[in-house]
Parts: sequence; structure tokens; C-alpha cells
Amino acid sequence: MRDTRANRLLFQIGAVLFALLVTVLVLFLAGAQPFAAYKYIVLGALGSWDVVTNVLVSWVPLLLATSGLLVTFTVGLWNIGIEGQITLGAVFTTWAMRLLQDSGWNPTLILVLALLAGILGGTLWALLAGVLRTFGGVNEIFGGLGLNFVATALNIWLIFGPWKRPGVASMSGTLPFDRALWMPIAAGSSRLTPATLVMAVVGIIAVYAMIEGTYFGLRLKAVGKNPKAAYILGIPTWQNMMASFAICGVFAGLAGAVQVTAVYHRLIPSISSGYGYLGLMVALLVGYRASLAAPVALFFAALNVGSIQLPIILKLDSSLAGVLQGTLVLFVMLGNGIRARLIKKGT
Amino acid sequence: MNDAALITSIAGVLAAAAPVLFAVIGETISERAGVLNLSMNGMILLSAMGSFAVALATDSVVLGFLAGAAIGAFIAFVVAFASLTLRQSQVAVGFVLAQLCRDLSYFLGNPIMGKVGPRISQVPIPVLERIPVLGTIFFRQDAMTYLSFVLIVLAWFFIFKTRPGLVLRGVGERPAAAYIRGANVNRQRYVYAVIGGAIAGLAGPIYSLSIKAGWKGTISGLDGIGWIVLSITIFGGWKPFRAAFGAYLFAFLQWLGLVLQPSLPSVPSQVLQVAPFPLMILTLLFVNIGNAEWVDRSLARLPENVRRDIAKVLRALNATPPAGLGTPFEKE
Repeated sequence: MRDTRANRLLFQIGAVLFALLVTVLVLFLAGAQPFAAYKYIVLGALGSWDVVTNVLVSWVPLLLATSGLLVTFTVGLWNIGIEGQITLGAVFTTWAMRLLQDSGWNPTLILVLALLAGILGGTLWALLAGVLRTFGGVNEIFGGLGLNFVATALNIWLIFGPWKRPGVASMSGTLPFDRALWMPIAAGSSRLTPATLVMAVVGIIAVYAMIEGTYFGLRLKAVGKNPKAAYILGIPTWQNMMASFAICGVFAGLAGAVQVTAVYHRLIPSISSGYGYLGLMVALLVGYRASLAAPVALFFAALNVGSIQLPIILKLDSSLAGVLQGTLVLFVMLGNGIRARLIKKGT
Repeated sequence: MNDAALITSIAGVLAAAAPVLFAVIGETISERAGVLNLSMNGMILLSAMGSFAVALATDSVVLGFLAGAAIGAFIAFVVAFASLTLRQSQVAVGFVLAQLCRDLSYFLGNPIMGKVGPRISQVPIPVLERIPVLGTIFFRQDAMTYLSFVLIVLAWFFIFKTRPGLVLRGVGERPAAAYIRGANVNRQRYVYAVIGGAIAGLAGPIYSLSIKAGWKGTISGLDGIGWIVLSITIFGGWKPFRAAFGAYLFAFLQWLGLVLQPSLPSVPSQVLQVAPFPLMILTLLFVNIGNAEWVDRSLARLPENVRRDIAKVLRALNATPPAGLGTPFEKE
């Protein structure tokens, strides 16, 4: 078999069909009607203007996380600690908001400072994973996982301890911020904030331009492809790794800041909402190519939002979205492997 | 706390460590052969849910345990197939399976959530159970806890004292050399990945049919165990006894968190439950830091006697992964 664009497309379509087939089997196993489930997912994601805006609301943090991960993947790092980086972004944002909410300053200024604080939090947490990796020899996957749990613990401790609601602390999070401190919502929608949408779109374009169009991006690629060769050619390894950790931390921190200022308007226990891990899945599915990240992230966001109503309508768990996403990534990966094997045999 | 309560608690720690032990030993065997099975977290959840579902439907705990092992073996087979045969990134496939199996267990487990099913009970060993202190600690456990004790010794004996164990270490450490010596590297890796997966798969039913009987979905408290298992495997330096020490330390720290809870009312229980995790990072740091180049350089500046002592400590803690871990073997 030859390496052509046509058979690449064929394999990708095949992978999608296989993923759909397997989820149909899973649905049968769960005693559900597959077509009803698919129908309600589509309706739940596209059925009304309101749910479409919800998809966009969920797209923003997912795309931000994916953008950051594309940078760490370029340099060959598995930044699994991104969940914790999002959480720390949210924690720092909440901290800044609490500090400034009674200052009487201009709300826009407070929001900008809060976003910057979130970026700082995400970056610091990412650099911590970077230091553990480059100077402590701790693999970024295990260091990052540990830091994720620490971030969750810190977050819960703040919600139940120092930042608890007046009266009784609860899983519903801290006291919501004043409406004046919410990110401005678009006219005619209930939750969509145009400013965050702009941030996510500018972010992915910047990452694409940086990886594909700058010397810095080229250096990251060189380190990612072969760190030893890059080092011999005079490209410093650990400096570039730290830089990519920091950039990913910026995006993750911003995602956390968006969750606080534009989505929940407070700090909640599961503030990262799993967008970090989902971002990893998106990055894997697009084969680390920035050009495809935005549409695939939108599709994943649509699956997530579309399955929210499943427990109520069909008594099915909403984790069906995760099953669909997981099988999709798995089969695309297997498809790539089978195709590469056939090409190798053919030559 | 009085003596009797303390002794029961120690027995409880040994039982709580059993599933972690099975998973860590399974992962150690797989990684010794060169296959990093990162799917552990989702796999344990899926095997816990699946084995409970099977035990519930058939009213047989034995079939439940077999189902758990089968799920573990199957997931490990997918990791091996995707990475060894199809040359996909082992980390990527493992991570995707970790997420997929987790969501699959929540989705498929929905109908059996909170149901009461069969579970295994304690089997006191006659005579031995009446030994003061030790009897309660070691000989009033359930079958799987006894088996976990045996497993440590068995795994150590197999890996370090038998000929197949030597080949196992060879295909993970020096695949090219093992190949020249006549070992079929990829077949060996398949076999040990699947066997390791089956052993690790038993961790699920030990939870759902014994120490955390039943299936409670997202509040089962099992999400995260698999990641800890992977850290303990590193901490254990791919040696069964050291890995067992890690598993018992983890179970002890979790128990300590529960005991300290009443005396620290201002700290939410969720915080103490994750206390082992930062400690795990610290231990990983100590285990790995001896491999870092800057440590050597800064040690060289210290006076001879101090340097020798520090180097000795670092060497004792140090653990180096199998050289061929995660990299495919290609015969040229």
C-alpha cells in the first residue's frame, strides 16, 4: 500500500465508523437504544441557541488547554499535570478577586488582574513540574499526576477552610462573586462571554504561528524529535523544556481563570472539570497538529454538552461522552498503526 | 488507642494494601519485560465494576475474580498490540485506555450502582489464628490477602531466581542481547504484559468483592488508585519486596489520614485522603535525584567523607528503570 492522502482519509473514516460501532455495542450492553442516545446527544448540543452557546462556553477552556498541550507535546513532554495547572489558575484568580472585590476599583481592571493572577498560578505550577523533571529526574507524567492531587487537595481545603461560605462550607463552592465582577455576557445568551472566546481563538492561532512559523518553534521541534542531536547542534534542552512548560502553564492558568470569572463565578471543588485530560485526548486525536485542534475540540465540547441531559431523559450515565471520545481516539490510533504497517509492507 | 484496636488496625492496613500489591506486582512484571501499562487507573475501575457485575449475575465470587483478571489481561493485550505490533506510543495508548476504561466503568456500572452482592469473607487459619498479636494481624484475613503475601515472594523468586525470570529481565533490559540469545523478544513482552495485566486486574475484584464491596460509581473512591500504583512501581525500583514496602506504606498513610481526622477538625477529609500523594512525589524525587547530573557535579565539590556518605544514601534510594522500558524492539 502506498502513502496517499486518499487512503489516510479512508482509514480515518474507518476509525470513526469503528468507534461508532463499538459505542453502539456498549449501548446495547447497557440495555439502551443507541439511536435514541445519539439523537439526544445531537439535540442536546445543537437543539437550541442556548445549548449551542453552552457548547461554545465549554469549548473555550478545552481549546485553551489543548493549545498549551500542543506546545509541550512539540518538545516531547507529556504534561499530564495540566489538570493541576488549571486548578491553580482558578485558585489564584479567586484569590485575586477576593482581595480586590471590595476595593472599589474598576471591575474591568479587577477582571484583568484576576486573569493575570490565574496565568501566574498556572505557570508556577507548570514550572514546578518542569523543575521536578529537569533537575529532579522525576518523569513529568508522575510528577504531574502527584501535583494534580496536591492541587485538588489545596482547592478543597480553601473551599472548606479559609474561603468557606458564611455559615456552612459545602461542595457547591465559595460564595459567588458580585454580578459586576462577572465576565460580560453576550446579549441574547445566558452564559456566552465574547471576551473569553476571543482569548481562545487568538491563543490557538498564536500557538500555530509559533510552532510553524518561528525559530523558537523550530527549536522546540528539534528538541522534541531528538533531544541529544539538538543538544549537540547547540540547542539547549532543559531551557526549551522549561519554556514550553511555562507556556502551557499560561494557557492552563488562563483556562482556570476563565472557569472562575466566566463560567462558575466562584471556586468549586471540580473547577478544572477534566478539561486538562480531555485536552490531552484532543491533542492525541489531532496528532499534535495545531491546525485541527479547534474543530476537534469543538466536537468534543459538543459531545460533553450533548450528553448532559442523558441521565434525565434516558437514565443513562453522561460518561457516554467520554466513552465516545475514548473509543474515537483509540481507533484512530490503531488505524494509524495498521496503515503504517501496510505501507511498510508495500514498499 | 488501646492495643487491641491497634492490632486490628494493622490487620486492616495489610488487607487494604492487598489490591495495591496485586496491581503493583502486575505492573512490575509488565515493566520488567519493557511494557509500560499506563492504563492502570481505568483498568482497576473497569475490573472492579465488571467483576462485581459478573459476581452479582452469577452469584459466584470465583467467576467475579476470573472476570477481573480477564479484563486486566484484555486491556494489557490492547496496550501490547497497539505498542508492540502497531508501533504506537505506549504512553499515549495507555493514557487513552485509562480514560476510556474509567468512563466505560461509570457508564456500564450505572444500573448496578449501590446494589448488594456477594463478597468474600475472612478465613481464619486454624491454630495459627490463636497466636497472640500475630494471629490477629496475619491469620484472620481473607483469601486474597493471604495470596498477596505469597505473591510478593513468588514474584521475587520468579524474577530473580528462575531461568524464565532471567529472560524476562533480559527482554526489558537488553532486548537486542536477549534476541541474540534466542529469546523471541516481542512474544515474551506480549506474554508478560498480559500476565501482569491479569494479576493487576485482580485488584478490581479485591475492592468490589471485599474491602469496598459493591459498586458506587464516581463515589467508589477508587479513582486515582491506579496512578498511585504506577508511582509505587517506580518507588519499588521494579523489585517485589521494595514494591511491597511501598504498597504497605501507602495503605498505612491512608489509614493514618483517617485516624488523624478527628483530631484535625479544620482539615476536610478529602485533604487527608490525598496526603500520600505529595509524599509519593517526594519519594520519587529521592529515588530519581541520584540519576541527575548536577547532583554528581555538586557532590564532587564536597569534602571526601561527606560526599561518600551522601552518595551511599542516594545509591540506596536510587532506582533505575529497565533500559528498554517503553521503547519498541526492532530486529535489524
